[in-house]
Amino acid sequence: MSGRTIIPFGPQHPVLPEPIHLDLVVEDEKVIEAIPRIGFIHRGLERLVEKKDFIDFVYVAERICGICSFIHGMTYCLAVEEVMKIEVPARAQYLRIVWSELSRIHSHLLWLGLTADAFGFESLFMQSWRLRELILDIIEETTGGRVIFGSAKVGGVRRDISAEKMQEIVKKLRSYQKEMDDIGKVFLGDLTVQHRLRGVGVLSTASAKALGAVGPMLRASGVSSDIRMMGYSSYGTLDFAPIVEQDADCYARCKVRIRELDQSVGLIESAASKMIDGPIDVKVTGTPNGEFFARSEQPRGEVIYYAKGNGTKFLQRMRVRTPTFANITPLLETLKGCQLADVPVIVLTIDPCISCAER
Amino acid sequence: MAFLPMTKLIVKNLFTRPVTERYPFVPKKYYPGTRGKVLIEVEKCIFCGICQRRCPTAAIGVSKEKKSWDIERMRCISCNLCVEVCPKKCLALDVKYSAAAGGLQKEEFHA
Ligand code: SF4
Ligand code: SF4
Repeated sequence: MSGRTIIPFGPQHPVLPEPIHLDLVVEDEKVIEAIPRIGFIHRGLERLVEKKDFIDFVYVAERICGICSFIHGMTYCLAVEEVMKIEVPARAQYLRIVWSELSRIHSHLLWLGLTADAFGFESLFMQSWRLRELILDIIEETTGGRVIFGSAKVGGVRRDISAEKMQEIVKKLRSYQKEMDDIGKVFLGDLTVQHRLRGVGVLSTASAKALGAVGPMLRASGVSSDIRMMGYSSYGTLDFAPIVEQDADCYARCKVRIRELDQSVGLIESAASKMIDGPIDVKVTGTPNGEFFARSEQPRGEVIYYAKGNGTKFLQRMRVRTPTFANITPLLETLKGCQLADVPVIVLTIDPCISCAER
Repeated sequence: MAFLPMTKLIVKNLFTRPVTERYPFVPKKYYPGTRGKVLIEVEKCIFCGICQRRCPTAAIGVSKEKKSWDIERMRCISCNLCVEVCPKKCLALDVKYSAAAGGLQKEEFHA
């Protein structure tokens, strides 16, 4: 029987894209408990809402996270639009779907790359990011920005995608889908990868529910929950189902994300086919007065935006609950009893986006 | 289970050119809609200050008396808002980004 030691993990660690600190209580090589500390990159963005007018604040909301930027901006808009009873034109809603799904694809490819890097498969990491670059090119072409799209606004979207361009994008995505399949096969079929992911970091269905896991983390534990099913922004008119896996380990989380790549391509295709001609925005008049909770599904899970207006052009309160924040507690549960060498991979499987968790 | 599923990708990789562009020997390709740096046609500007008030990062300064318009490039986030709100349509976003700089420097334009 050996004694317990505390090993600090982070805030600077090779596998961590962003700073989070974990105190790992270990006995030999086994982790008994993990104690988190966050707050290294708190920026106070929620408070900024009192100084920026509600239309301009969408730029700040977008910059909460560098990966799901569009969905952050869009969810903020959903909240304000609901408060102000603004009806967003159908075309804008489908354009929002296209951009949301493009961000999902690029985020998942980014995650696949980071995970490959975490278990030491460098060429797979490069291949995933090569594909991500192609998606970023589509994003830059349609919105003007590679990471910060800047195309969501209260009352609609800022840019349109022409019908020919949309066809071209769908065609491109279909060809990339084959390459994504090839990469997916390596993640799901390669022996060494399986060795690092299978049976590691298991989160039972009961604890996933009890601890409030969201997104792929929750779906990989066998819970069929996807906020897109609530039908915001015309998602309700598309035919799809949440992607669920039962194994609840790191491998299952990887599989959920790989299958979601396919699903997103399908959603973009059907959104493109349903897109009707029409305006892409409505004029916004008046100021928000009232409150609303908007929810949407980000690549990492459910994000919640609370907006409260008091009839002036500055919102009184804005609150964001990001998916990473919700997933930290389940992460601590999965870390209990794992081997020290598996900690980086397990931490990565929640797809940590710390700067959005701290805002 | 597939046997060595990575082999296909590796073999393909061996016989294709690098996917990265050989910048600066090959110039960077810009898309027509890329949001780069803000350009101004200062002759058309009426120094109304709307762009200054709306800019989310307070990058723009406008002075009616001096008839000057300035921008701190390192503050600008290329959001396009000033271009949208300008009543005289004298602002535009270039597709190229502003050059790297070593701090906050003002670039001034006079009518
Ligand atoms: S909004 Fe246009 S006209 Fe007014 S100060 Fe700015 S650049 Fe000049
Ligand atoms: S593009 Fe945006 S950040 Fe840049 S000067 Fe214009 S309003 Fe300000």
